[in-house]
Amino acid sequence: MSIGKTALLDRLFPSGHKVTEVGQVLCGWGETPAGRVHVIGTTEHAAIDSCIALALSAAVLQAVAEDGTDHRPIVFIADTQGQALSRREELLGLNGYFAHLARCVNLARGAGHRLVTLIDGEAVSGGFLAFGLLADAIVALPGAEVRVMDLRAMARITRIPYERLTALARSSPVFAPGADNYWRMGGIHALWTETEDWAAQLLALLQGGGEDERARLGAERGGRKLAASVAQEVLHAHG
Amino acid sequence: MMSTALQSYREATARQRVQGLLDAGSFTEWLGPARRITSPHLAALDAPVSFDDGVVVGQGHLAAQAVVVIAQEGLFNGGAVGEVHGAKIRGALLRAARDRPQAVLLCVDSGGVRLHEANAGLIAISEIMRALFAVQSAGIPVIALVGGTCGAFGGMGIVARLCNAIIISEEGRLGLSGPEVIETVKGVEEFDSRDRALVWRITGGKIRRTLGEATVLVDDDMAAFRSAAAAEMFGDRPHLERWGLSPDSLHGLQAAQRQLAARAALDGSIRDGQQVWNQLGLGEEVALMSPAEFNLCLEARKP
Repeated sequence: MSIGKTALLDRLFPSGHKVTEVGQVLCGWGETPAGRVHVIGTTEHAAIDSCIALALSAAVLQAVAEDGTDHRPIVFIADTQGQALSRREELLGLNGYFAHLARCVNLARGAGHRLVTLIDGEAVSGGFLAFGLLADAIVALPGAEVRVMDLRAMARITRIPYERLTALARSSPVFAPGADNYWRMGGIHALWTETEDWAAQLLALLQGGGEDERARLGAERGGRKLAASVAQEVLHAHG
Repeated sequence: MMSTALQSYREATARQRVQGLLDAGSFTEWLGPARRITSPHLAALDAPVSFDDGVVVGQGHLAAQAVVVIAQEGLFNGGAVGEVHGAKIRGALLRAARDRPQAVLLCVDSGGVRLHEANAGLIAISEIMRALFAVQSAGIPVIALVGGTCGAFGGMGIVARLCNAIIISEEGRLGLSGPEVIETVKGVEEFDSRDRALVWRITGGKIRRTLGEATVLVDDDMAAFRSAAAAEMFGDRPHLERWGLSPDSLHGLQAAQRQLAARAALDGSIRDGQQVWNQLGLGEEVALMSPAEFNLCLEARKP
């Protein structure tokens, strides 16, 4: 395992952890004052292909199966550059593998497992959608990159000048990469800093409800003003 | 009103699809264009806006049964999901979980996240995924219809696969990364996005149906989509039970895990739909088969 991931696990679980890395997939457990938690994730900015998605869904199913009625929390470590780009993966139906993984994550939530995601490295697009972004609480660690697409690629595709995008990105969190932008929009619950006690902060996140509060958070933080209100309007529209 | 003339589903707008799928006069739209709720983020970039932000949501009847309908407009920004667009879909799904119609029809026509508001779009798709799970937990099936010009890609390709059934036309396309994206990043040798026959053999309705990614193949015809949707709601199709009118079970997902693992273990040299068909003993004639013939042919080959 990379030195960075080992150091992260030491810091999160000072009382002990056992996590193995096979083909960029992390799987194991960490010890907290509230008991043992599952650790499942990816490393080295993994490009998520069907093989990695299957390993992740297998790990989630295994966690659900082995816990019986004692549903321990699952801590996801997300480090992904996005989905694998390949013709064979598209032929296999990579979207179907991601949907399966998402169903497994949802099964775990429904069974009573608290789900916490820690972004360590990168969280990009489809690779992030498939598991990390579905958690009950999502945290970006210092230096985490969160994005759909970088601004140069976006400028090329939308034909909007790069300079214009960078200027607008200073005031709007809506399109530019950055964990702080996702925090303002309610897509990330917390941004941890280098000097904080991560073990204590993780312990606090192991409690909480499973409702999707992200739209409300985005409105409160001022980064996403319409998501909650438009959904509410649809919910209460006449007809 | 009966009509024998075929109406292309692919060429229809989102509103025409809603009208064509539902019982005449039964549709009520929520937050329709008269409300003029547009995307402030498109406006900030001087990009065109639409009074429905590219998605129609509401309720109506299909074969006299209550349904919630969500229809993306592929002609507006490629049906891409932004903040308002996503919130309308999420709101309609939450409403379905509350009001308990017979089914939700999700007419997907989208390349995924709208880049002009990419962060809002990505979060919105995650919220749609969670709302969709809530609908299914309430015992209501969500039926995806894929036959528009933009197909179902990116996050909407994932959302489509979360549905209880996918009705797809031969011209419909379903995947994660579009061929253009793969070609741009990996080169034309990996995926030639201008080779239309190849694109069809990778992402098109027939290969998606062959692999079990889509549940039924139909003609590019409004009435065909309509009757297939009705069959999913009332019929004896086994996959509605298989994928659960109840939430996913551990056993169900373990079985799905084995199926997907078996597919991923296909010979590593396979990177073209024709190779999959050849393995099944189907040759070049696949391209010539009508959807009805093709569905029968696959049913006959089931173990």
